[in-house]
Amino acid sequence: MNWTAIWVTFKLASLTAVALVIVGLPIAYWVTFSRRRWKFIVESIVALPLVLPPTVLGFYILVAIGPHSPFGQFYSEIVGHPLPFTFEGLLFASILYSLPFAVQPFAAAFDQVDRRLIEASWTLGVSKLKTFLKLIVPLSAAGVITGFVLSFAHTLGEFGVVLMVGGNIDGVTRTVSIDIYDEVQALNYAGAAKTAAFLLAISYLVLLLVYAMNRKVWAVWPQK
Amino acid sequence: MAAEISVDITKTFPGRAPIRARFLYAVEAATVLILFGPSGSGKTTILRSIAGLEWPEEGYIRFISRTWLDTASQIRVSPQERHIGYMAQDYALFPHYSVAGNIAYGLGEMSSAGKTARVDEMVELFQLRGFEHAKPHELSGGQQQRVALARAVAPRPQLLLLDEPLSALDAPTRLQLRGELRTLLRQLALPSIIVTHDWAEALTLGDIMAVVGEGRVLQVGTPQDVFSRPADAQVAKVVGVETIVQGTVVETRDGLATVRVGRVLLTAVASTEVGRDAFVCMRSEDVTLELGETKGTSARNHLPGKVSAISSLGALARITLDCGFPLTAVITRSAVHELELTVGSSVNAVFKAGSVHLIPRQ
Repeated sequence: MNWTAIWVTFKLASLTAVALVIVGLPIAYWVTFSRRRWKFIVESIVALPLVLPPTVLGFYILVAIGPHSPFGQFYSEIVGHPLPFTFEGLLFASILYSLPFAVQPFAAAFDQVDRRLIEASWTLGVSKLKTFLKLIVPLSAAGVITGFVLSFAHTLGEFGVVLMVGGNIDGVTRTVSIDIYDEVQALNYAGAAKTAAFLLAISYLVLLLVYAMNRKVWAVWPQK
Repeated sequence: MAAEISVDITKTFPGRAPIRARFLYAVEAATVLILFGPSGSGKTTILRSIAGLEWPEEGYIRFISRTWLDTASQIRVSPQERHIGYMAQDYALFPHYSVAGNIAYGLGEMSSAGKTARVDEMVELFQLRGFEHAKPHELSGGQQQRVALARAVAPRPQLLLLDEPLSALDAPTRLQLRGELRTLLRQLALPSIIVTHDWAEALTLGDIMAVVGEGRVLQVGTPQDVFSRPADAQVAKVVGVETIVQGTVVETRDGLATVRVGRVLLTAVASTEVGRDAFVCMRSEDVTLELGETKGTSARNHLPGKVSAISSLGALARITLDCGFPLTAVITRSAVHELELTVGSSVNAVFKAGSVHLIPRQ
Protein backbone atom coordinates (compact mmCIF):
# COMPACT_ATOMS: atom_id res chain seq x y z
CA MET A 1 0.00 0.00 0.00
CA ASN A 2 1.07 3.54 -0.74
CA TRP A 3 1.19 5.07 2.74
CA THR A 4 2.28 8.43 1.38
CA ALA A 5 -0.92 8.64 -0.71
CA ILE A 6 -2.98 7.58 2.32
CA TRP A 7 -1.33 10.28 4.44
CA VAL A 8 -1.97 12.94 1.79
CA THR A 9 -5.58 11.82 1.46
CA PHE A 10 -6.29 11.92 5.20
CA LYS A 11 -4.58 15.27 5.60
CA LEU A 12 -6.66 16.66 2.72
CA ALA A 13 -9.94 15.17 4.00
CA SER A 14 -9.40 16.36 7.60
CA LEU A 15 -8.43 19.90 6.62
CA THR A 16 -11.34 20.08 4.16
CA ALA A 17 -13.83 18.92 6.80
CA VAL A 18 -12.50 21.41 9.36
CA ALA A 19 -12.56 24.24 6.83
CA LEU A 20 -16.10 23.33 5.83
CA VAL A 21 -17.31 23.59 9.42
CA ILE A 22 -15.85 27.10 9.57
CA VAL A 23 -17.16 28.14 6.13
CA GLY A 24 -20.30 26.01 6.05
CA LEU A 25 -21.89 27.01 9.39
CA PRO A 26 -22.36 30.70 8.45
CA ILE A 27 -23.58 29.78 4.96
CA ALA A 28 -26.06 27.26 6.42
CA TYR A 29 -27.24 29.85 8.98
CA TRP A 30 -27.86 32.36 6.23
CA VAL A 31 -29.60 29.82 4.00
CA THR A 32 -31.86 28.71 6.89
CA PHE A 33 -32.77 32.02 8.48
CA SER A 34 -32.55 34.59 5.69
CA ARG A 35 -35.85 35.95 4.45
CA ARG A 36 -34.39 37.13 1.14
CA ARG A 37 -36.45 36.05 -1.82
CA TRP A 38 -33.37 35.28 -3.89
CA LYS A 39 -31.83 32.90 -1.37
CA PHE A 40 -32.74 29.95 -3.62
CA ILE A 41 -30.04 31.23 -6.00
CA VAL A 42 -27.41 30.76 -3.31
CA GLU A 43 -28.89 27.39 -2.34
CA SER A 44 -28.61 26.21 -5.96
CA ILE A 45 -25.01 27.36 -6.24
CA VAL A 46 -24.12 25.52 -3.03
CA ALA A 47 -25.77 22.36 -4.39
CA LEU A 48 -24.07 22.55 -7.83
CA PRO A 49 -21.15 20.20 -6.97
CA LEU A 50 -23.75 17.46 -6.34
CA VAL A 51 -24.66 17.29 -10.02
CA LEU A 52 -21.68 18.77 -11.85
CA PRO A 53 -19.13 16.28 -13.27
CA PRO A 54 -15.97 16.66 -11.14
CA THR A 55 -13.94 17.32 -14.30
CA VAL A 56 -16.14 20.30 -15.15
CA LEU A 57 -15.85 21.70 -11.62
CA GLY A 58 -12.12 20.95 -11.66
CA PHE A 59 -11.69 22.70 -15.00
CA TYR A 60 -13.35 25.90 -13.78
CA ILE A 61 -11.42 25.88 -10.53
CA LEU A 62 -8.19 25.37 -12.47
CA VAL A 63 -8.99 28.35 -14.68
CA ALA A 64 -10.11 30.44 -11.71
CA ILE A 65 -6.96 29.86 -9.67
CA GLY A 66 -4.57 29.69 -12.64
CA PRO A 67 -1.84 32.29 -13.22
CA HIS A 68 -3.97 34.13 -15.83
CA SER A 69 -6.88 34.90 -13.49
CA PRO A 70 -6.85 37.94 -11.18
CA PHE A 71 -7.21 35.68 -8.13
CA GLY A 72 -4.36 33.42 -9.33
CA GLN A 73 -2.10 36.42 -9.96
CA PHE A 74 -2.93 37.90 -6.57
CA TYR A 75 -2.17 34.58 -4.86
CA SER A 76 1.16 34.19 -6.73
CA GLU A 77 2.22 37.68 -5.69
CA ILE A 78 1.39 37.12 -2.03
CA VAL A 79 2.66 33.57 -1.61
CA GLY A 80 5.33 33.46 -4.27
CA HIS A 81 4.12 30.47 -6.30
CA PRO A 82 0.95 29.73 -8.28
CA LEU A 83 -1.93 27.78 -6.73
CA PRO A 84 -2.60 24.94 -9.23
CA PHE A 85 -0.82 21.62 -8.67
CA THR A 86 -0.09 22.39 -5.02
CA PHE A 87 -1.65 20.93 -1.87
CA GLU A 88 -3.26 24.33 -1.06
CA GLY A 89 -4.84 24.47 -4.50
CA LEU A 90 -6.17 20.97 -4.00
CA LEU A 91 -7.55 21.91 -0.58
CA PHE A 92 -9.31 24.94 -2.06
CA ALA A 93 -10.89 22.76 -4.76
CA SER A 94 -11.93 20.11 -2.23
CA ILE A 95 -13.69 22.70 -0.08
CA LEU A 96 -15.80 23.81 -3.03
CA TYR A 97 -16.39 20.23 -4.16
CA SER A 98 -17.67 19.07 -0.75
CA LEU A 99 -19.55 22.27 0.14
CA PRO A 100 -23.07 20.79 -0.22
CA PHE A 101 -22.11 17.77 1.87
CA ALA A 102 -21.49 20.10 4.80
CA VAL A 103 -23.99 22.91 4.22
CA GLN A 104 -27.04 20.74 3.58
CA PRO A 105 -26.89 18.67 6.81
CA PHE A 106 -26.08 21.86 8.78
CA ALA A 107 -29.04 23.71 7.26
CA ALA A 108 -31.39 20.75 7.76
CA ALA A 109 -30.43 20.59 11.44
CA PHE A 110 -30.77 24.37 11.95
CA ASP A 111 -34.21 24.18 10.39
CA GLN A 112 -35.27 21.70 13.10
CA VAL A 113 -34.41 24.10 15.92
CA ASP A 114 -37.62 25.56 17.36
CA ARG A 115 -37.82 29.26 16.41
CA ARG A 116 -39.42 30.03 19.75
CA LEU A 117 -36.21 28.95 21.52
CA ILE A 118 -34.25 31.38 19.35
CA GLU A 119 -36.74 34.15 20.09
CA ALA A 120 -36.55 33.39 23.82
CA SER A 121 -32.77 33.77 23.62
CA TRP A 122 -33.05 37.12 21.84
CA THR A 123 -35.51 38.51 24.38
CA LEU A 124 -33.04 37.51 27.13
CA GLY A 125 -30.63 40.00 25.58
CA VAL A 126 -28.37 37.42 23.95
CA SER A 127 -27.00 38.56 20.57
CA LYS A 128 -27.67 36.68 17.34
CA LEU A 129 -24.08 35.41 17.21
CA LYS A 130 -24.14 34.16 20.82
CA THR A 131 -27.57 32.61 20.27
CA PHE A 132 -26.06 30.77 17.31
CA LEU A 133 -23.15 29.47 19.38
CA LYS A 134 -25.00 28.76 22.66
CA LEU A 135 -28.26 27.46 21.28
CA ILE A 136 -28.46 26.70 17.56
CA VAL A 137 -25.16 24.84 17.13
CA PRO A 138 -25.49 22.68 20.30
CA LEU A 139 -29.07 21.77 19.40
CA SER A 140 -27.89 20.90 15.87
CA ALA A 141 -24.91 18.86 17.08
CA ALA A 142 -25.96 15.70 15.24
CA GLY A 143 -26.34 17.60 11.96
CA VAL A 144 -23.02 19.41 12.42
CA ILE A 145 -21.20 16.11 13.05
CA THR A 146 -22.98 14.52 10.07
CA GLY A 147 -21.88 17.38 7.81
CA PHE A 148 -18.31 17.13 9.09
CA VAL A 149 -18.13 13.35 8.60
CA LEU A 150 -19.83 13.42 5.19
CA SER A 151 -17.51 16.08 3.81
CA PHE A 152 -14.55 14.12 5.20
CA ALA A 153 -15.77 10.91 3.53
CA HIS A 154 -16.61 12.65 0.29
CA THR A 155 -13.11 14.17 0.07
CA LEU A 156 -11.54 10.75 0.71
CA GLY A 157 -12.99 9.45 -2.53
CA GLU A 158 -12.59 12.43 -4.82
CA PHE A 159 -10.88 11.75 -8.13
CA GLY A 160 -11.82 14.03 -11.00
CA VAL A 161 -11.20 17.29 -9.21
CA VAL A 162 -7.87 16.04 -7.82
CA LEU A 163 -6.75 15.04 -11.27
CA MET A 164 -7.70 18.40 -12.79
CA VAL A 165 -6.42 20.72 -10.05
CA GLY A 166 -3.83 18.72 -8.13
CA GLY A 167 -2.15 16.76 -10.83
CA ASN A 168 -0.38 13.67 -9.59
CA ILE A 169 2.58 14.71 -7.49
CA ASP A 170 3.73 12.03 -5.07
CA GLY A 171 3.56 13.16 -1.46
CA VAL A 172 1.87 16.42 -2.39
CA THR A 173 -1.28 15.85 -4.41
CA ARG A 174 -1.36 12.12 -5.17
CA THR A 175 -4.37 10.83 -3.22
CA VAL A 176 -5.52 7.25 -2.68
CA SER A 177 -8.01 7.23 -5.56
CA ILE A 178 -5.34 8.48 -8.00
CA ASP A 179 -2.92 5.90 -6.65
CA ILE A 180 -5.41 3.11 -7.32
CA TYR A 181 -5.91 4.37 -10.85
CA ASP A 182 -2.13 4.42 -11.39
CA GLU A 183 -1.78 0.87 -10.06
CA VAL A 184 -4.48 -0.39 -12.43
CA GLN A 185 -2.86 1.45 -15.36
CA ALA A 186 0.39 -0.32 -14.43
CA LEU A 187 -1.53 -3.63 -14.28
CA ASN A 188 -0.61 -4.00 -10.60
CA TYR A 189 -4.01 -5.38 -9.58
CA ALA A 190 -2.82 -6.75 -6.23
CA GLY A 191 -1.61 -3.31 -5.09
CA ALA A 192 -4.82 -1.65 -6.33
CA ALA A 193 -6.96 -4.23 -4.53
CA LYS A 194 -5.27 -3.63 -1.16
CA THR A 195 -5.61 0.14 -1.34
CA ALA A 196 -9.18 -0.12 -2.65
CA ALA A 197 -10.18 -2.45 0.19
CA PHE A 198 -8.63 -0.04 2.66
CA LEU A 199 -10.60 2.91 1.24
CA LEU A 200 -13.79 0.84 1.16
CA ALA A 201 -13.41 -0.11 4.82
CA ILE A 202 -12.75 3.45 5.92
CA SER A 203 -15.63 4.89 3.90
CA TYR A 204 -18.01 2.26 5.21
CA LEU A 205 -16.98 2.92 8.82
CA VAL A 206 -17.52 6.62 8.35
CA LEU A 207 -21.00 6.11 6.92
CA LEU A 208 -21.84 3.66 9.71
CA LEU A 209 -21.04 6.45 12.11
CA VAL A 210 -23.29 8.93 10.31
CA TYR A 211 -26.28 6.63 10.06
CA ALA A 212 -25.93 5.37 13.62
CA MET A 213 -25.92 8.95 14.82
CA ASN A 214 -28.96 9.99 12.82
CA ARG A 215 -30.92 7.13 14.31
CA LYS A 216 -30.24 8.78 17.62
CA VAL A 217 -28.37 5.75 18.90
CA TRP A 218 -26.18 8.44 20.41
CA ALA A 219 -28.72 11.01 21.42
CA VAL A 220 -26.22 13.75 22.07
CA TRP A 221 -28.89 16.00 23.59
CA PRO A 222 -32.11 14.77 25.17
CA GLN A 223 -35.00 15.85 22.98
CA LYS A 224 -37.98 17.57 24.48
CA MET B 1 -42.07 62.02 30.04
CA ALA B 2 -45.05 60.05 31.28
CA ALA B 3 -44.29 56.56 32.54
CA GLU B 4 -46.33 54.73 29.98
CA ILE B 5 -46.26 52.46 27.00
CA SER B 6 -47.89 53.90 23.97
CA VAL B 7 -48.63 51.61 21.09
CA ASP B 8 -50.05 52.44 17.69
CA ILE B 9 -49.26 49.75 15.17
CA THR B 10 -50.52 48.17 11.97
CA LYS B 11 -49.45 44.66 11.11
CA THR B 12 -50.75 42.61 8.22
CA PHE B 13 -50.40 38.88 7.71
CA PRO B 14 -51.18 37.61 4.21
CA GLY B 15 -54.80 36.48 3.87
CA ARG B 16 -55.97 38.01 7.15
CA ALA B 17 -57.56 41.23 8.30
CA PRO B 18 -54.87 43.75 9.34
CA ILE B 19 -54.20 44.26 13.04
CA ARG B 20 -54.48 47.94 13.99
CA ALA B 21 -53.86 48.29 17.69
CA ARG B 22 -53.71 51.53 19.59
CA PHE B 23 -53.52 51.92 23.35
CA LEU B 24 -51.79 53.61 26.26
CA TYR B 25 -50.76 51.79 29.40
CA ALA B 26 -49.55 53.70 32.42
CA VAL B 27 -46.52 51.76 33.63
CA GLU B 28 -46.38 51.41 37.37
CA ALA B 29 -44.65 48.73 39.35
CA ALA B 30 -46.95 45.76 39.93
CA THR B 31 -49.60 46.98 37.51
CA VAL B 32 -50.70 44.14 35.27
CA LEU B 33 -52.26 44.90 31.91
CA ILE B 34 -54.35 42.13 30.39
CA LEU B 35 -54.73 41.84 26.62
CA PHE B 36 -57.96 39.92 26.44
CA GLY B 37 -59.50 38.43 23.34
CA PRO B 38 -60.45 35.26 21.51
CA SER B 39 -57.82 33.32 19.58
CA GLY B 40 -57.01 34.96 16.27
CA SER B 41 -57.95 38.40 17.57
CA GLY B 42 -54.39 39.66 17.24
CA LYS B 43 -53.48 39.93 20.92
CA THR B 44 -50.41 37.70 20.62
CA THR B 45 -49.19 39.71 17.63
CA ILE B 46 -49.49 42.90 19.69
CA LEU B 47 -47.46 41.30 22.51
CA ARG B 48 -44.82 39.98 20.07
CA SER B 49 -44.54 43.43 18.50
CA ILE B 50 -43.87 44.93 21.93
CA ALA B 51 -41.23 42.21 22.48
CA GLY B 52 -39.60 43.07 19.13
CA LEU B 53 -40.34 39.66 17.62
CA GLU B 54 -42.77 41.02 15.01
CA TRP B 55 -42.21 44.10 12.95
CA PRO B 56 -45.40 46.05 12.25
CA GLU B 57 -45.26 47.73 8.87
CA GLU B 58 -46.53 50.99 10.29
CA GLY B 59 -46.72 52.77 13.61
CA TYR B 60 -44.79 53.27 16.80
CA ILE B 61 -44.14 51.66 20.18
CA ARG B 62 -42.78 53.85 22.96
CA PHE B 63 -41.77 52.64 26.38
CA ILE B 64 -41.39 55.41 28.96
CA SER B 65 -38.77 57.70 27.37
CA ARG B 66 -37.51 55.25 24.75
CA THR B 67 -38.83 54.63 21.27
CA TRP B 68 -38.68 50.94 20.41
CA LEU B 69 -40.30 51.24 17.02
CA ASP B 70 -41.12 54.14 14.79
CA THR B 71 -41.60 53.31 11.16
CA ALA B 72 -41.77 56.99 10.23
CA SER B 73 -38.21 57.63 11.46
CA GLN B 74 -36.87 54.12 10.76
CA ILE B 75 -36.28 53.26 14.43
CA ARG B 76 -36.25 49.53 15.08
CA VAL B 77 -34.85 48.49 18.45
CA SER B 78 -33.94 44.81 18.56
CA PRO B 79 -35.48 42.53 21.20
CA GLN B 80 -32.01 42.23 22.79
CA GLU B 81 -31.92 45.96 23.53
CA ARG B 82 -35.43 46.30 24.96
CA HIS B 83 -34.63 44.78 28.39
CA ILE B 84 -37.88 42.90 28.61
CA GLY B 85 -38.82 39.55 30.07
CA TYR B 86 -40.84 37.51 27.61
CA MET B 87 -42.51 34.17 28.24
CA ALA B 88 -43.94 32.27 25.29
CA GLN B 89 -47.08 30.15 25.54
CA ASP B 90 -45.16 26.85 25.55
CA TYR B 91 -42.35 28.30 27.75
CA ALA B 92 -39.59 27.58 25.16
CA LEU B 93 -37.15 26.26 27.76
CA PHE B 94 -33.72 25.35 26.40
CA PRO B 95 -33.71 21.53 26.39
CA HIS B 96 -29.92 21.21 26.64
CA TYR B 97 -29.59 23.43 29.72
CA SER B 98 -30.48 22.54 33.29
CA VAL B 99 -32.95 24.59 35.34
CA ALA B 100 -30.05 26.66 36.70
CA GLY B 101 -28.57 26.94 33.19
CA ASN B 102 -31.86 28.20 31.81
CA ILE B 103 -32.19 30.81 34.56
CA ALA B 104 -28.57 31.94 34.14
CA TYR B 105 -28.83 32.10 30.32
CA GLY B 106 -29.72 35.78 30.14
CA LEU B 107 -27.23 36.91 32.81
CA GLY B 108 -24.42 37.26 30.25
CA GLU B 109 -22.59 40.31 31.56
CA MET B 110 -22.65 39.43 35.25
CA SER B 111 -19.66 38.08 37.12
CA SER B 112 -19.89 34.36 37.81
CA ALA B 113 -20.41 35.00 41.54
CA GLY B 114 -23.16 37.47 40.69
CA LYS B 115 -24.77 34.92 38.40
CA THR B 116 -24.72 32.20 41.04
CA ALA B 117 -26.28 34.54 43.58
CA ARG B 118 -29.00 35.68 41.18
CA VAL B 119 -29.82 32.10 40.12
CA ASP B 120 -30.01 31.10 43.77
CA GLU B 121 -32.36 34.00 44.50
CA MET B 122 -34.62 32.94 41.60
CA VAL B 123 -34.56 29.27 42.65
CA GLU B 124 -35.72 30.34 46.10
CA LEU B 125 -38.41 32.73 44.89
CA PHE B 126 -39.85 30.31 42.35
CA GLN B 127 -39.65 27.28 44.68
CA LEU B 128 -37.30 25.31 42.46
CA ARG B 129 -34.94 24.20 45.22
CA GLY B 130 -33.74 20.66 44.54
CA PHE B 131 -34.41 20.92 40.79
CA GLU B 132 -31.42 23.13 39.90
CA HIS B 133 -29.72 20.36 37.93
CA ALA B 134 -32.84 18.84 36.35
CA LYS B 135 -33.39 19.18 32.61
CA PRO B 136 -36.66 20.82 31.47
CA HIS B 137 -38.17 17.54 30.20
CA GLU B 138 -37.89 16.07 33.71
CA LEU B 139 -40.17 18.75 35.20
CA SER B 140 -43.95 18.96 35.57
CA GLY B 141 -45.88 21.57 33.61
CA GLY B 142 -46.17 23.85 36.59
CA GLN B 143 -42.44 23.62 37.33
CA GLN B 144 -41.61 24.35 33.69
CA GLN B 145 -43.78 27.44 33.90
CA ARG B 146 -41.92 28.63 37.00
CA VAL B 147 -38.53 28.04 35.33
CA ALA B 148 -39.65 30.00 32.28
CA LEU B 149 -40.83 32.84 34.50
CA ALA B 150 -37.62 32.73 36.57
CA ARG B 151 -35.54 32.84 33.38
CA ALA B 152 -37.50 35.84 32.07
CA VAL B 153 -37.25 37.72 35.37
CA ALA B 154 -33.61 36.92 36.29
CA PRO B 155 -31.98 39.66 34.14
CA ARG B 156 -34.18 42.26 35.94
CA PRO B 157 -36.27 43.36 32.94
CA GLN B 158 -38.12 46.68 32.86
CA LEU B 159 -41.27 45.04 31.55
CA LEU B 160 -42.63 41.52 31.71
CA LEU B 161 -44.59 40.08 28.78
CA LEU B 162 -46.47 36.80 29.27
CA ASP B 163 -48.26 35.06 26.41
CA GLU B 164 -51.06 32.80 27.74
CA PRO B 165 -48.98 31.92 30.82
CA LEU B 166 -51.32 29.19 32.04
CA SER B 167 -52.79 27.71 28.86
CA ALA B 168 -50.17 24.95 28.50
CA LEU B 169 -51.22 23.44 31.84
CA ASP B 170 -53.97 20.94 32.63
CA ALA B 171 -57.12 22.35 34.23
CA PRO B 172 -56.49 21.53 37.95
CA THR B 173 -52.90 22.82 37.80
CA ARG B 174 -54.05 25.94 35.98
CA LEU B 175 -56.54 26.70 38.73
CA GLN B 176 -53.91 26.32 41.42
CA LEU B 177 -51.22 28.32 39.59
CA ARG B 178 -53.55 31.20 38.77
CA GLY B 179 -53.44 32.34 42.40
CA GLU B 180 -49.73 31.60 42.72
CA LEU B 181 -48.93 33.65 39.64
CA ARG B 182 -50.83 36.63 41.04
CA THR B 183 -48.82 36.42 44.27
CA LEU B 184 -45.56 36.16 42.32
CA LEU B 185 -46.41 39.14 40.11
CA ARG B 186 -47.14 41.13 43.26
CA GLN B 187 -43.78 40.13 44.76
CA LEU B 188 -41.87 40.94 41.58
CA ALA B 189 -43.47 44.39 41.37
CA LEU B 190 -42.77 44.61 37.66
CA PRO B 191 -45.06 46.22 35.12
CA SER B 192 -46.48 43.30 33.16
CA ILE B 193 -48.58 42.65 30.10
CA ILE B 194 -50.39 39.32 29.98
CA VAL B 195 -52.21 37.88 26.98
CA THR B 196 -55.14 35.61 27.78
CA HIS B 197 -58.48 34.45 26.45
CA ASP B 198 -59.65 33.20 29.84
CA TRP B 199 -61.83 35.65 31.75
CA ALA B 200 -61.08 34.02 35.10
CA GLU B 201 -57.35 34.60 34.45
CA ALA B 202 -58.05 38.18 33.44
CA LEU B 203 -59.96 38.80 36.68
CA THR B 204 -57.40 37.08 38.90
CA LEU B 205 -54.26 38.56 37.37
CA GLY B 206 -55.22 41.90 35.89
CA ASP B 207 -55.35 45.42 37.23
CA ILE B 208 -56.31 46.88 33.90
CA MET B 209 -57.62 45.15 30.82
CA ALA B 210 -57.68 45.88 27.10
CA VAL B 211 -60.22 43.90 25.09
CA VAL B 212 -58.89 42.96 21.66
CA GLY B 213 -61.25 41.88 18.90
CA GLU B 214 -60.57 41.58 15.18
CA GLY B 215 -57.17 43.23 15.55
CA ARG B 216 -58.41 46.30 17.39
CA VAL B 217 -58.36 47.41 21.01
CA LEU B 218 -62.07 47.79 21.73
CA GLN B 219 -62.17 48.86 25.36
CA VAL B 220 -59.76 49.57 28.19
CA GLY B 221 -60.71 49.56 31.88
CA THR B 222 -60.46 47.53 35.06
CA PRO B 223 -61.40 43.89 34.35
CA GLN B 224 -64.48 44.16 36.55
CA ASP B 225 -65.63 47.30 34.75
CA VAL B 226 -65.04 45.93 31.28
CA PHE B 227 -66.80 42.65 32.04
CA SER B 228 -69.80 44.20 33.76
CA ARG B 229 -70.10 47.26 31.53
CA PRO B 230 -68.99 46.32 28.01
CA ALA B 231 -68.82 49.45 25.88
CA ASP B 232 -70.73 47.92 22.98
CA ALA B 233 -72.16 44.69 21.60
CA GLN B 234 -68.81 43.64 20.11
CA VAL B 235 -67.07 43.84 23.49
CA ALA B 236 -69.99 42.04 25.13
CA LYS B 237 -69.60 39.26 22.58
CA VAL B 238 -65.86 39.01 23.20
CA VAL B 239 -66.02 39.02 27.00
CA GLY B 240 -69.11 36.80 27.32
CA VAL B 241 -69.48 37.33 31.07
CA GLU B 242 -71.42 40.41 32.05
CA THR B 243 -72.28 40.25 35.71
CA ILE B 244 -69.31 40.61 37.98
CA VAL B 245 -69.74 41.81 41.54
CA GLN B 246 -67.62 41.60 44.65
CA GLY B 247 -68.78 39.34 47.42
CA THR B 248 -67.66 37.50 50.53
CA VAL B 249 -68.01 33.79 51.15
CA VAL B 250 -70.04 33.42 54.36
CA GLU B 251 -70.68 29.69 54.48
CA THR B 252 -69.65 26.50 52.72
CA ARG B 253 -71.45 23.18 53.00
CA ASP B 254 -71.55 20.05 50.82
CA GLY B 255 -69.59 21.71 48.02
CA LEU B 256 -71.91 24.70 47.93
CA ALA B 257 -70.83 28.16 49.00
CA THR B 258 -73.07 30.94 50.20
CA VAL B 259 -71.80 34.34 49.11
CA ARG B 260 -72.97 37.67 50.38
CA VAL B 261 -73.18 40.43 47.80
CA GLY B 262 -74.34 43.57 49.52
CA ARG B 263 -77.52 42.46 51.31
CA VAL B 264 -78.19 39.56 48.97
CA LEU B 265 -77.14 35.95 49.53
CA LEU B 266 -76.24 33.75 46.54
CA THR B 267 -75.53 30.04 46.30
CA ALA B 268 -72.60 28.89 44.18
CA VAL B 269 -70.99 25.51 43.46
CA ALA B 270 -67.55 26.10 44.96
CA SER B 271 -65.46 25.04 47.90
CA THR B 272 -63.79 28.31 48.81
CA GLU B 273 -62.74 29.12 52.38
CA VAL B 274 -65.23 31.08 54.45
CA GLY B 275 -64.28 34.73 54.75
CA ARG B 276 -62.58 34.92 51.34
CA ASP B 277 -63.37 37.86 49.11
CA ALA B 278 -64.25 36.81 45.61
CA PHE B 279 -65.57 38.06 42.33
CA VAL B 280 -69.00 36.62 41.68
CA CYS B 281 -69.46 36.10 37.94
CA MET B 282 -72.49 35.13 35.92
CA ARG B 283 -73.06 34.81 32.20
CA SER B 284 -76.08 36.77 31.08
CA GLU B 285 -77.30 33.77 29.07
CA ASP B 286 -77.58 31.71 32.27
CA VAL B 287 -80.04 34.07 33.96
CA THR B 288 -83.77 33.37 33.48
CA LEU B 289 -86.45 35.97 34.22
CA GLU B 290 -89.83 35.04 35.72
CA LEU B 291 -92.94 36.94 36.75
CA GLY B 292 -94.14 36.16 40.28
CA GLU B 293 -92.92 33.37 42.51
CA THR B 294 -92.54 29.90 40.94
CA LYS B 295 -93.08 26.81 43.01
CA GLY B 296 -90.67 23.93 42.68
CA THR B 297 -87.54 24.64 40.65
CA SER B 298 -84.09 23.15 40.72
CA ALA B 299 -82.45 26.56 40.45
CA ARG B 300 -80.98 27.63 43.80
CA ASN B 301 -81.02 31.38 43.28
CA HIS B 302 -84.19 33.49 43.10
CA LEU B 303 -83.68 37.23 43.28
CA PRO B 304 -86.48 39.77 43.08
CA GLY B 305 -85.46 42.88 41.17
CA LYS B 306 -86.53 45.84 39.10
CA VAL B 307 -85.64 46.32 35.43
CA SER B 308 -83.30 49.30 35.18
CA ALA B 309 -82.42 49.14 31.46
CA ILE B 310 -83.35 47.25 28.30
CA SER B 311 -81.16 47.26 25.20
CA SER B 312 -81.70 45.46 21.95
CA LEU B 313 -79.20 42.93 20.56
CA GLY B 314 -81.10 41.97 17.40
CA ALA B 315 -83.22 38.92 18.16
CA LEU B 316 -82.10 39.15 21.78
CA ALA B 317 -82.39 41.84 24.40
CA ARG B 318 -80.11 42.64 27.29
CA ILE B 319 -82.00 43.38 30.48
CA THR B 320 -80.22 45.02 33.38
CA LEU B 321 -81.86 44.40 36.74
CA ASP B 322 -81.34 46.00 40.08
CA CYS B 323 -81.55 43.23 42.67
CA GLY B 324 -79.33 44.85 45.29
CA PHE B 325 -76.54 44.75 42.70
CA PRO B 326 -76.69 45.16 38.93
CA LEU B 327 -77.45 41.86 37.20
CA THR B 328 -77.64 41.36 33.45
CA ALA B 329 -79.76 38.82 31.64
CA VAL B 330 -79.95 38.15 27.93
CA ILE B 331 -83.38 36.93 26.81
CA THR B 332 -85.23 36.85 23.49
CA ARG B 333 -87.20 39.86 22.31
CA SER B 334 -90.36 37.78 22.21
CA ALA B 335 -89.88 37.02 25.93
CA VAL B 336 -89.60 40.76 26.59
CA HIS B 337 -93.00 41.28 24.91
CA GLU B 338 -94.61 38.28 26.62
CA LEU B 339 -93.49 39.34 30.08
CA GLU B 340 -94.37 42.97 29.17
CA LEU B 341 -91.04 44.15 30.52
CA THR B 342 -90.36 47.86 30.68
CA VAL B 343 -88.00 49.88 32.80
CA GLY B 344 -89.35 49.67 36.36
CA SER B 345 -91.06 46.25 35.98
CA SER B 346 -90.66 43.82 38.87
CA VAL B 347 -89.31 40.39 37.95
CA ASN B 348 -87.52 37.46 39.55
CA ALA B 349 -84.07 36.52 38.30
CA VAL B 350 -83.53 32.77 38.51
CA PHE B 351 -80.24 30.97 38.01
CA LYS B 352 -78.58 27.74 39.06
CA ALA B 353 -75.83 27.52 41.66
CA GLY B 354 -73.59 26.06 38.94
CA SER B 355 -73.91 29.27 36.90
CA VAL B 356 -72.36 31.34 39.68
CA HIS B 357 -68.59 31.39 39.30
CA LEU B 358 -66.43 32.48 42.19
CA ILE B 359 -63.01 33.90 41.42
CA PRO B 360 -61.13 34.35 44.71
CA ARG B 361 -58.94 37.37 44.76
CA GLN B 362 -56.53 38.68 47.36
